[in-house]
Amino acid sequence: MSKGKQPLLLQGNEAIVEGAIAAGCRFFAGYPITPATEIAEGMSVKMPIVDGTFVQMEDEIGSMGAIIGASLTGVKAMTATSGPGFSLMQENLGFACITEVPCVVVNVMRGGPSTGLPTNPAQGDIMQSRWGTHGDHPIIVLCPHSVEECFYVTIKAFNLSERYRVPVILTTDEVTAHMREKITLPDPETLEIIDRVRPNVPPDWYIPYEDNSIGVPPMSAFGDGYRYHVTGLVHDVRGFPTSRPDEVDAFIRRLHRKIDKGLSYIQEGEYFLMDDAEVAVIAYSSVARSAKQAALLAREKGLKVGVFRPITLWPFMRQAVEDILKNVRAVIVPEMNMGQYSREVKRVDQGYARIVTLNRVDGQVITPDDILRKLKEVY
Amino acid sequence: MPEYTRLIHNYLRHDKKFPHVWCPGCGNGILLGSLIRAIDKTKFSKDEIVLVSGIGCSGRLPVYVDFNTLHTTHGRALTYATGVKLANPSLNVIAIMGDGDSMAIGGNHFIHAARRNIDITAIILNNSIYGMTGGQYSPTTPYGMRASTAVYNSIEQAFKISELAVTAGAVFVGRQTVYNAKLLDTLIERAILKKGFSVVEVITHCHTQYGRQNKLGSAVDMLKWQRDNAVPVDKAAKMSPEELEGKIITGVLVDKDLPVYEEEYEKVRARAKGLA
Ligand SMILES: Cc1ncc(C[n+]2csc(CCOP(=O)(O)OP(=O)(O)O)c2C)c(N)n1
Ligand code: SF4
Ligand SMILES: [Mg+2]
Repeated sequence: MSKGKQPLLLQGNEAIVEGAIAAGCRFFAGYPITPATEIAEGMSVKMPIVDGTFVQMEDEIGSMGAIIGASLTGVKAMTATSGPGFSLMQENLGFACITEVPCVVVNVMRGGPSTGLPTNPAQGDIMQSRWGTHGDHPIIVLCPHSVEECFYVTIKAFNLSERYRVPVILTTDEVTAHMREKITLPDPETLEIIDRVRPNVPPDWYIPYEDNSIGVPPMSAFGDGYRYHVTGLVHDVRGFPTSRPDEVDAFIRRLHRKIDKGLSYIQEGEYFLMDDAEVAVIAYSSVARSAKQAALLAREKGLKVGVFRPITLWPFMRQAVEDILKNVRAVIVPEMNMGQYSREVKRVDQGYARIVTLNRVDGQVITPDDILRKLKEVY
Repeated sequence: MPEYTRLIHNYLRHDKKFPHVWCPGCGNGILLGSLIRAIDKTKFSKDEIVLVSGIGCSGRLPVYVDFNTLHTTHGRALTYATGVKLANPSLNVIAIMGDGDSMAIGGNHFIHAARRNIDITAIILNNSIYGMTGGQYSPTTPYGMRASTAVYNSIEQAFKISELAVTAGAVFVGRQTVYNAKLLDTLIERAILKKGFSVVEVITHCHTQYGRQNKLGSAVDMLKWQRDNAVPVDKAAKMSPEELEGKIITGVLVDKDLPVYEEEYEKVRARAKGLA
């Protein structure tokens, strides 16, 4: 890992590699795909240096399976992909949800559906990252908007996945992935790194899926002497398949409860010029950069505009968005899709504010001008 | 205490609510016995063994035994096994799969795992049918046989699993029937001890689905068929293709050495650090 205080000029994808290593990731499995390939390349170079492991799998289904297997041995693991590969990962992603295996999946969004626009940015996977795998499951999705944030949010992704025993999806887009910005990597000692809690009881006492106050059972590693069963079937507290309604209900509710209880820790957003804002822009990933620029331009013209940028896309930042809706006249939600996050904003709006969408689906970024024009219309 | 009592006591899970899910007479139980006897012979501790499976009747096997057990998704057992083994090479990883599991949905993972030569033992329960889902034809259902999705008989050619494994680069490949449980014990033991990707194809019977639909009789009748149609490799070498039609060639098909992935990766680490 690059150390010291000299600033580096890194791509978003490279910053994710650095962040992962700083977070303690020591296993990466992947399959090449634009615009995420640099992450696999970076990991193939760096993993062996830090005594980690890189393996190029035969497809993304395999990558997802491999990182779950690795994580079960107690090693922090990650994969990275884009649309088509993210689709292939969905079934095994659900396995990580139901077995509560920590891992991080990077999805660098590109134009879709299908092969779509491989080298263009998009934000079409917001709902897929929430609901891509089947079944009723909670999920955490984080979204950085700068190179520096790619580093820090990757660490946060690992920390949350270890703390709550969930797969965490780190979603960026082609612009954030490939742009280069200056970043000074921090002294590793200054970083807060969270590791999963391991059992401290003797193996005979270990009940691998037993509920506790935080709803997150300690997780032992294969080989540590706590032999237990891991299955994608709904299981009882001992890990054995069950269809007893009381056991099934308690299990599924615990999976949701552990995330619900952690909302204040999980959810993070940036408020930009929001204090006196009369119109707000809610934007994420690279679009948020344009939104901030647009807000500054609007302020020059005397329009009181602010930006709210959710870094945690899921669980949806309901409380934060509601509070904003109550304090502004109108909200603009610019997105490089036909309206995915905006639908959630509308869902929680109880007639507090007018919600206006701004959608671009031509494979081009939403510019500050695009947003400024809309702001003038709406203000 | 008798040997089988010791093995049962030592290896079956006491906290798992038996009975098992398999039909009475299913060959899967015979393989489970063989596997336990083989592991016992290898002297690996229970903590060192990771048993990974896919989905199917075969996939239910690990839950009964007191190892680190991992019941994954349909077809993907080897991908999880790959992650386990590479992240902690000191573990001994065994993957249990069905014929549909390993050859249809997981066929691609299978050939690539063989090619990569990671030290994993792959055991395939080949019952020529999708047992768990109710008897649909699988990649190993022979041409002309009946299944619930081939009631007018299968028109596809069957995969030869062991031969495919040899071609894909597995360093150790053996085939045996559950009828010959004693020989199966030693074959599995050898496969586990072999460094690199080893494959054991277990010819077993699904009398409930495959047997019933093809009027092959009871579990015992199907076991007798295995007895009467198994031909050891050395004997098979002297037979013509016509004579071998419909026979099961049993024994070790290949036992060779190739660089093992984990050991090669240690060299990668050394090169990456500029040490080699
Ligand atoms: C992705 C997916 N597709 C389909 C299924 C349904 N399914 C469960 S078991 C099975 C076939 C099992 O056949 P085989 O692998 O031969 O195992 P057996 O039951 O015969 O041991 C299928 C198709 C599934 N679980 N997952
Ligand atoms: S359906 Fe066939 S394979 Fe499955 S348990 Fe019954 S006999 Fe065995
Ligand atoms: Mg089968």
